[in-house]
Order: sequence, then structure tokens, then C-alpha cells
Amino acid sequence: MCKTPDLLIPQIGVITDIRTETPDVKTFKIIGADGKKPFDHMPGQCAMLSVPGVGEAMFSITSSPTNDDGLLFSIKQCGTLTDYLHAMEVGSEVTIRGPYGNAFPVDTVLPGQNLLIIAGGIGLAPVGSVVRYVFDNRDQYGSVDILYGSRSMEDLVFFEEIEKTWRTQPDTKVHLTIDRAQSEWDGHVGFVPDYLKELSFSTDKTALVCGPPIMIKFTLDALLGLGFKKEQVFTTLELRMKCGIGKCGRCNIGSKYICKDGPVFRCDEIDALPDEY
Amino acid sequence: MLKIARENLPALFAAIADTAALYLPIRKGAVNYAQWSDGADVDLDTLKTIASPKDFFLPQSETLYTAALAGNKIQLEAEPFVDEPFVVFGVKGCDVRGIEILDKVYLSDPVDRFYEARREKGTIVSMACAEPQATCFCKSFGVDAANPAGDVVTWMADGNLFWEAQTEKGKKLTEMLSNLLTSAERSPVSSQQKDIRQKIDTLPYSVGLPLDQFKSERLLELFDAPQWDSLYRTCLACGTCTFICPTCQCYDIKDFNTGTCVKRYRCWDSCMYSDFTLMAHGNPRKTQKERFRQRFMHKLVYYPDKNDGEYSCVGCGRCVNKCPASLNIVKVIKSLGVNADV
Repeated sequence: MCKTPDLLIPQIGVITDIRTETPDVKTFKIIGADGKKPFDHMPGQCAMLSVPGVGEAMFSITSSPTNDDGLLFSIKQCGTLTDYLHAMEVGSEVTIRGPYGNAFPVDTVLPGQNLLIIAGGIGLAPVGSVVRYVFDNRDQYGSVDILYGSRSMEDLVFFEEIEKTWRTQPDTKVHLTIDRAQSEWDGHVGFVPDYLKELSFSTDKTALVCGPPIMIKFTLDALLGLGFKKEQVFTTLELRMKCGIGKCGRCNIGSKYICKDGPVFRCDEIDALPDEY
Repeated sequence: MLKIARENLPALFAAIADTAALYLPIRKGAVNYAQWSDGADVDLDTLKTIASPKDFFLPQSETLYTAALAGNKIQLEAEPFVDEPFVVFGVKGCDVRGIEILDKVYLSDPVDRFYEARREKGTIVSMACAEPQATCFCKSFGVDAANPAGDVVTWMADGNLFWEAQTEKGKKLTEMLSNLLTSAERSPVSSQQKDIRQKIDTLPYSVGLPLDQFKSERLLELFDAPQWDSLYRTCLACGTCTFICPTCQCYDIKDFNTGTCVKRYRCWDSCMYSDFTLMAHGNPRKTQKERFRQRFMHKLVYYPDKNDGEYSCVGCGRCVNKCPASLNIVKVIKSLGVNADV
């Protein structure tokens, strides 16, 4: 009897490139065993990466869907599996399954809009996929403001790409900040939500926010303080996941499963969820 | 309506076991579902098996695939789906509903193929509850213990097992057993059904549970209800309730290193455990209060919100029997339902 394999069965992925972004973040390029991109995705979607015997976890896909030669994952070293991944070398195999979850509404809500993309730390990974997608389809969107902050200048991911590629895009401004002053840094110093208030953006924008939960909470407050409505703000939620397909129950919050109904939520939708993220 | 004399049941079991693995309540110290073999101490009189029969469709542990690692290369071999027919016999109405609730989770898009294969290969023979107990409250959740669902429904009455097929699968099994079953009058069954329903109406939890308070419009209000602060306090976080529950559906995915390869398997897990939601950056459910609340909110509010208002409790009463701290869903329903100001 020939049956569709279960979705929990992954495919083999090969690590074909590893780039060190920061002292604890590396970007891995993964292709399928056949040399092709493992699957198509939309910005904001995630995939389950695993090393058998070590573990399996959900990671956001940071490359743009327009990138045909593989999937990129920017991964912070912070647990058993990510420790192991960081020690792996080009040519090593992992397993991959996905794509999972919904996406930022890049083809529905966002076209024609001015975009305000706000990220903290490794939170630039999921929205990085949006940024790259927008720049590959630049004429479909209005102005782009990117506000990105991290603990120190060494912790800014994609720094070279930001300076060389993102800053030079038409009608695009990049605003970087770091938490504490450093002698080699001549840019802004301070937390993302405070810098957001200083920059005092006009509300003719749609905001996409991603970062640590505490940063998201204060950033949302700051946006509302500037006059943004919750309907203009999209963010991502993260809870522990095992299956990725809304069955195992782990990422259940209210009536939603983050892996299947999220990870992207409009901020007014989050109000309907219990405060458990 | 068909029947077989109770003393001839061993012949019926042997005939079923000739063509399919047969699982039914067997006494080995306690009574639980186990595979029948000649001489097994079958116990059809004990109303509640310790664990529910969900194990036959969502096993407590099952391998998903095997990974062989050689250097930096990985070879995967998916575990084959169950391909042998099996029969689960003597399933009570509450437990059949439990399986229907699991169906809504595991057969909804995207379909869980391991579960689907088991549902296709498994035939459920249910049995009416001749003697419902004080801890039963299936009626509150719309289950009729006198007329359970299932591929075949049976009643043990007047020294006979009465038998009626309800689905195509049930008809197939019935045909196969036709030389053992004889036609029967319905009246002993009708009389037992009347008796069961009368008994159930006298049970303490069976009627009047204030379930109408648990609706999705009140999700946030119920989540923030002050009652949780006191309700959870005696919870030991042992997870017994989740493991014996016919509708608890959460699982973990883990690895077992055999020494030569890695078996990736899934196993039942419990939202009552602190590491259920633990992540590298912290735990969104920090205390037992949040974990306790999650279990009951899921059964009474979250699941119904996604499934046309159907609760994911079947009133089997196992948690009432087995919780070492005397906590159970009835206490939760009464506490949150009665004090609501609607």
C-alpha cells in the first residue's frame, strides 16, 4: 500500500555554507539532498531542523522566497541543539521539515504600504526574510524604515548586508542602535522602544515587530504612544513546539496553535489571547 | 439484533483472534485493555479500566523513524504504518467519544498518517454500561452510556451478550462471526437501556454541572478567574490525570539512541509538567497554577472554540477516581461555573 508519508518524517538537508554573524549567531545555508531548495516558503514561515540523537527545534527561515539556491537560517547558540549546530561543518547533514505556520502578509496587506520594520537581536532573522523579499520586489512597496537594535555592535546580525545593501535601497532608511555605548560606535545608543519614541515616526506606516518578548511588549506600547493602531502592527509569537502542525499541544495558547495559526499575528488578534507568551 | 450466550464468549474471542489482534479488559492485578490469548482473565464486569483505550490509536510511545548516522551523513527510514487489523472490545460509551475527540485533532488537516492507519485498521466493539458508578458524568457531556457509538455496540444482559453492528466495519466483523451469533429480541436490551438511563439520572455529577458557563466569549474572563489561585494549590503535577484521560492528546518527540542508530519516537506528554513549555529563554507557564489552568481551559474552552462547542471531556470519571490530591474536572467546573456572574 502506497501512502503519503507522515508530515513528522523529515527530509535530509545539507549544510552548504556557514557564516558567523556575531559571537553567538551563525547563518546556515541548507539545501536538499538533491541539491535543490528543500521547499518554497513565504517570509515569516518556519521549519523544523534536527540532528538525530541531539534534538529538533523550530527556526524561522531568514532567506527570501526569491532566493532559489537554498534556505538560510540564522541561529543563536542558546541550547543543546543550537550548541551542536554551531559546532557543525559545511557538508554535514541535518534533517529538515516544513514550511510551517503563516507568513507576514507581504502579498496581501503590505503592497503599496510604507513599512516600518522593527527588530531586536536575533529577531531580525524572521523579518530579515521580509526585508529581502521587499527589496527584491522594491516597486511594490512604499517607503521602508528599518529600526534594529542589539546589546552591542558585535551582536548586530547581518551588519555588512545592512550597511552595503539595505542602506543603499531607494526610499529606505536604516536606524541602528545598541544598548550600551562602545568607543568604536558612533551610532545611536539606547533600547529599541526608546529610540522608536525619539524617531517619532508618522503613523502612515504598517509596522512589523520581532524580538525578545519583553522588547515586543515595550515596542508595541511605544507604537501605540505614537498613535499607531493595533491593526497596523504585525508581530510574531514563539512558544515551545514539537510537531509544527497543530497536534502535539505544546504551543497552544488560547484557541490558537502558534505553529499553525501563527507565528505571525496582527496585534489586535493577540489581545484575544491569554497573556501567556 | 443478535446475541451470544455469555458462557460462549471464549469461542467468540477465539474466532475474532483468528483474524485480528483482539484487545479487551483483562485482569492482571488491575483491569486494563490487553491482548487476548486463550486463558486470559477477561473482565467485562469492571466498569472502568485504569487507562482508557486511546493507546490503540495514539500509543503511549511509538517510533516515527529510524536515523542511521555515518560520519556527517544521515539515512532515514520511516516507520511503516500499522497494516494489521485489530479489534478493541468492550469499549464504554465515554471512551468511544474520547476516540472521536482524538479524531478531530489527528484526522483534521494536516492528517496524522500514523493515527489514520490505526483508525482504518481498528474495529471498535463498544459495550453499554450496565452499572454506572457515582464518579460517572458522561451524560453531562452528551454521551449515552446505554447506547454507545462504535462499529459494533453490545449489551450484557440476562446472561447474554447482545450485538448490533453500526458501521460497515462492524457489519464485516459480524458476518465473520455469523455462526456464533443468533438472532435475538430487542426487549432485554431496551429494558437494560431504560434501567441504565434511570440510574444515571440519580448520579451526583451526572446532571446539573454548570457547563453553559464555559464558552469562548468568556475565554479571557475564565482565564483570569480568581478561582484558579486556590483550585491548583493541591496539584502535585504528577500528570496522572493526563495519562489516564481518554481525550488528552499532547505528545512529545524524543530520541532513543540504540547504540547503532537513533529511533525518533513520540510519546504522551503532559501540560501539567514544568518542562512542557520550557524554552531556552524561559518558561511562559512559570507555576503550577498556569499549567493546571491550561489543562482545564483546553478541555472546556479552547478545544470547544475550535470544534463547534464540543467539550474535550467525556465524563469518564477516571480523574475523579485517580487524582492523588482529589482534584478533578468536576471541581473545576463547579467552582468556575457556579461563581460566574452571568
